[in-house]
Amino acid sequence: MNADGQVSVIPADAGAAGAEPVRPTESFYQRNEGAIVGSLSVVFVLAIWQAAWSAGRIDPLFFSGPSAIFARLWDGLFGSGDILEHLAFSAQNFATGFSIAALVAIPLGIVLGWYRLPRLILDPFINGLYSTPRIVFVPLIVIWFGLGFASKAFIVFLSAFFPILLNAMAGVRTTDDELLGAARSFRATQWDLFRTVVLPSTVPFIIVGLRQGLAHGLIGVVVGEFFAGSKGIGYLVGQAGMMFKTDLLFACVVIVAGAGIGISAVLQRVEGYFQSWRPSSN
Amino acid sequence: MGSRPNKLVATGISKYFWMKGEPDPIPALTNVTLSIAEGEFVCIVGPSGCGKTTFLNIATGLLAPDAGRIEIAGKQIDGPGRDRATVFQQPRLLPWRTTLANVTYGMELQRKFDKSEIEDRAAHHIRLVGLAGFERHYPAELSGGMQQRVNLARALATDPEILLMDEPFAALDAQTREFMQAELLRIWSHAGKTVLFVTHQIDEAAFLSDRVIVFGTRPGRLKQEFAVPFERPRTLALKRRPDFLTLVDGIWALIEEEGTRAGLVRTAEATTGEARA
Repeated sequence: MNADGQVSVIPADAGAAGAEPVRPTESFYQRNEGAIVGSLSVVFVLAIWQAAWSAGRIDPLFFSGPSAIFARLWDGLFGSGDILEHLAFSAQNFATGFSIAALVAIPLGIVLGWYRLPRLILDPFINGLYSTPRIVFVPLIVIWFGLGFASKAFIVFLSAFFPILLNAMAGVRTTDDELLGAARSFRATQWDLFRTVVLPSTVPFIIVGLRQGLAHGLIGVVVGEFFAGSKGIGYLVGQAGMMFKTDLLFACVVIVAGAGIGISAVLQRVEGYFQSWRPSSN
Repeated sequence: MGSRPNKLVATGISKYFWMKGEPDPIPALTNVTLSIAEGEFVCIVGPSGCGKTTFLNIATGLLAPDAGRIEIAGKQIDGPGRDRATVFQQPRLLPWRTTLANVTYGMELQRKFDKSEIEDRAAHHIRLVGLAGFERHYPAELSGGMQQRVNLARALATDPEILLMDEPFAALDAQTREFMQAELLRIWSHAGKTVLFVTHQIDEAAFLSDRVIVFGTRPGRLKQEFAVPFERPRTLALKRRPDFLTLVDGIWALIEEEGTRAGLVRTAEATTGEARA
């Protein structure tokens, strides 16, 4: 209300000819609020951490500081290259195990989601294996595959396999019955149903499975190298810990975290590509 | 109407459903016999549970009857066929396909037309249902009424002998529903299809159809038929005419009687009687 006690109204000429509608614009901050607030919060924590480190308040035997970790990381990757060597080995283990897991688990999950009898036959094994921490198989895998590349790749495979499989199965099984019924009413064949309804509606589940499998696979590669062998980021973490090299240890943590975030971001892009039909929402 | 050949003939259709914990099956449909002439627009109305949607699913071929048979254009059906297309209550559009790709979907599956025909027919039917300009929109970007237009176009574009419609406007708001009814009559007058339309709305049935078939409930069965005499083309103004309201009242009285008998509507005496007991 204005000073006269009258309810203020929109002026009569608003929206009249000449007043073209203007799309409301978002500021740079509004468009990137998540990224900006997130980065600021990280920078803030790093600054406090670095200040404490620079002031000598952190014992390098037990913890490290951002500058020391960064220096060690830089040297390990681009200077002496000692970390890079281990990273290459781990990356190879991970890539091999994860790719095979995806290549096997996605089609198998789809088949088991679609066909009842094979699912009923395999269900107890899948549930049993999925509920067992995969680490308990590490000694057995070492017996089978030795201490080198093959055993690490297999551990990654085993870790990533079940999340991908179970999500693909769930995706197929939650396919909308109404859509299937509509397709059937137009004489869809089994292959039509699969191709036009089941597969597209399962893609988001497969992506979720891949992301979970990625997290499990990273644990698998680090744990596998940690327990057995003489190479890889997992091995390096173990060595660094035993020798109180906290800067090296944290450098390895940064690498593993970076790998996780990086691959996850790629999968998010892939998901975005398949989900372009969804109305965007933040 | 007697001169036109029958497009759909249903003879002695019965369907039972076995429910968990019930010793006897529920008779969804018992011995339903009806026929629909070529070019005729027939509505089935009835209280919920009268088996009208079950009948439509049987006609679509998604459900097999326990007894009886349905012939379409003289051929007995066994499963979904190229001679039919169904418009569902929910639009059931593939969310990852655009309007255009959803309209072509039914034709792609039925494999009745070649590629260029599919494109031409899709474009034609998108225009017919008034969605020109929305070809590239995804279902999530369309209103409920527009989604139902896509649903209708997808079915019409397959050039069915008979169009089966299962309460297609039930999920729409009251105003959109009225407009869609008028739209459907306009589209129907162009497409000239035989239509079997299931609804629980009596005024919708009387407005759209040449003949209203009332189903009764418990057991589901054909109760009575009403001829709808109003001249075409019809406009929404028809719904306010006294003779229209008289027809609707007549159908409603029958359904109310049926509902009361089945316990869907309860009289005051029944309630007081229960309170006393």
